[in-house]
Amino acid sequence: MTGATTSMTLGGHFTYFITIFLMIAGLFIVISRSNLIKKLVGLGIFQTSVYLLYIAPAKLIGGTAPILSDAFTVYSNPLPHVLILTAIVVGVATLALGLALVVRIREAYESIEEDEILELDARLERDGIEQ
Amino acid sequence: MNLVPHLPALQVVIPLMAAPLTVLLRRRSVAFAVALIASWTALAIAVLLWLQVSHSGTITYAIGNWPAPWGIEYRVDRLNSFMLILVSGIAALVLPFSRASIEAEVPASQHYLFYTMFVLCLTGLLGIAVTGDAFNIFVFLEISSLSAYVLIALGRDRRALFAAYQYLLMGSIGATFLVIGIGLLYLMTGTLNLADMGLRIANVQGTRPVLAALAFITVGVSLKLALFPLHQWLPNAYTFAPSAVSAFLAATATKVAVYVLLRFYFTVFGASAVFAKLPMQEMMLLLALAGMFAASTVAIFQTDLKRLFAYSSVAQIGYIILGMSFDSVSGLTASIVHLFNHGVTKGAIYMLLGCVALGMGGTTLGRVQGLGKRMPLTSFGIVIGGLSLIGVPGTAGFISKWYLLLAALEKGQWWLVFMIVLSSLLAAAYVWRFVEAAYFQEPRKDTDEVATTPWLISVPTAILVIAIVYFGLDTSFTIGTASDAATALLGGRR
Repeated sequence: MTGATTSMTLGGHFTYFITIFLMIAGLFIVISRSNLIKKLVGLGIFQTSVYLLYIAPAKLIGGTAPILSDAFTVYSNPLPHVLILTAIVVGVATLALGLALVVRIREAYESIEEDEILELDARLERDGIEQ
Repeated sequence: MNLVPHLPALQVVIPLMAAPLTVLLRRRSVAFAVALIASWTALAIAVLLWLQVSHSGTITYAIGNWPAPWGIEYRVDRLNSFMLILVSGIAALVLPFSRASIEAEVPASQHYLFYTMFVLCLTGLLGIAVTGDAFNIFVFLEISSLSAYVLIALGRDRRALFAAYQYLLMGSIGATFLVIGIGLLYLMTGTLNLADMGLRIANVQGTRPVLAALAFITVGVSLKLALFPLHQWLPNAYTFAPSAVSAFLAATATKVAVYVLLRFYFTVFGASAVFAKLPMQEMMLLLALAGMFAASTVAIFQTDLKRLFAYSSVAQIGYIILGMSFDSVSGLTASIVHLFNHGVTKGAIYMLLGCVALGMGGTTLGRVQGLGKRMPLTSFGIVIGGLSLIGVPGTAGFISKWYLLLAALEKGQWWLVFMIVLSSLLAAAYVWRFVEAAYFQEPRKDTDEVATTPWLISVPTAILVIAIVYFGLDTSFTIGTASDAATALLGGRR
C-alpha cells in the first residue's frame, strides 16, 4: 500500500520534475553561455517550462474540452490552455525581438559573443571616445 | 452614448488603437499628432477616473460584460488612479518633448515607429495599473517591456543595442518568474482575479506553493523594478536610450513595477502573511539600505550624467522599498508618495538632460562644463531636480523623505533615521559633481554657439520642473491620495 502511494506520487509529480528540470536548464544556459543566440535558446527553454507548469495540472487524462453533452463527463480545465496560448505569443514576440537585436548587434560589433562585445565597449571607454 | 462607465477600458483601448494607426498613417507629423491626442486623452481619462474614485469609491468594470471573477475585471481604486495619473501625465509631457528631441537622435525614417512603440509602451503601463486580473498584468507587462526594448535600441550609440538586449534577457526572466508565481497562485486558489485571490488565499495561507509563489513574484518583480542587486540592466538602458525614452521609462516603468509588488503583497498575500512567514521584512530592509548606499556611491564616480542619475534611480528605489518594509500606514504612504515624487523628479531631470544633449552635444561631465553660463535655465532646472533627490525642503523629494523619517521614528528605529540622512549626503555628493562642472568650471571653447531649445522641448520640461516645486509645497493631492491608498491596502489597519 505504502509502496503504491509512493509510486503514485512519483508518477503524479512526473511533469513537475520535467518542468523544474527545463526551468533550471534554461536559466543555466542564459547565465552560463556567452553566445547571444544560445542565451536566447536558453530563454526559450525557460519560458517553455512555464507552459508545462500551467498545462500539466489542467489536463485530465481522458478529459475533453468542456462540451455540454451527455456523452462527456470528464473535462479538462480550458483556462490555463488559453492563458498559455497568450504566453506562447508573448514568447514568440520576445524571441523574434531578441533575434532582431542580435542581428543589429552583429552588424554593429561584428560579433555575437558577449565577452567580445564587452571588451570592445571597455576599450572604447578606455580610449576616452565620447559617444 | 454615455462613455463615462467605460472610462477604465478606454484608458487602455485609446492608446492601444493609436498604435496601429501611427503605423498605417506613416507620415511622422500625422503619427505624432495621433500619439499626442492619444496620450492627452489618456491623461484626461486618468484625471476623470481619479475624480470619480475620490467621489464615489472603487470603480469596477467587467470586460465584455463577463462578471468577475470569471471575466477580466478592471478595478480602479485610489492607488491605481494615482499611478494612472503619474504614467499618463508623464507621457503627455514627454511626447511633445520627444518630437524635437528625436530629430537629433533617431533617423527620420523611424520616427513614426518611435511613436508606435511609445504609445504601445504607454498602453502596457496603463494596463498594468488599471487591471484587476493577475494574468492580464503579465500580458500588459510584456507589451510595455517589448516596446521599451525597441525604444532603447533606437539610441544612436551602438551600445544601446546591447543595453536593449541585456534588458530583454533580464526583463523576460523577471516576467517569466512573475508568471510562475501567478501560475502557482492560480493552482492553489483557482482564480486569477486579484481581489478574489486575496479572499481565497486565506484557506491555503502558508502552504509551500503559496510561499514559492511569493518568492517567485518577489524576485521577478524586483528584477523589473531594479531593486539592488537586480539592477544591472538599468544604468546602460537609461544611458544609451534616446533622451525622451530615458525620461519616460525612468519616470514610469520602474514605478509601475513597484505598484505590481504593492498590489501582490498587500491585496493578494496580505501584509501580515508576507511578513510573518518569511523574513521578508528584514530582507527588504537590507536590500533597500544596500541599494541606497551602494548605488549612490557608484553614482558619485560616474562621468556621464545620464548614467549618474540612472544609479541615483536605483538608490531612490531603495527608499520606496524601505517604506514598504515598515509594514505600516505611514511607511506605505511614504513609499507611494515617493513613487510619484521621484517619478516627477526623474522625468524632469532626464528631460533637462535631453536639452543638454541637444545644446552641448552630450551629457558627459566634460561636456557640461560651464553649463551655468551656456544654458542657465536648464542648468538651474537640473539643480532643482538634484535638490529634490537630496530631499531639500521646498522640493517634492523632501515630502517623501519626511514621511519616511516619520515612519522610521514611529517604529522607534533611530538608526534608520540616521541612515536615511547619511544616504541623502551621498546624494548631495553626486549632485555636487554636476554643480561643480556646471558652475565652477569655465565653458569649453567649442560650445560657444548653443542652439536655442525649441519651445516644444522647453515648455513640457519647465512644467515638470515647476511640478517638482509645486508638489514640494502643496501636498494635498499627493499625500492625500497616498495615505488613502495606504490605508486601503492595509485594510484600515493603523
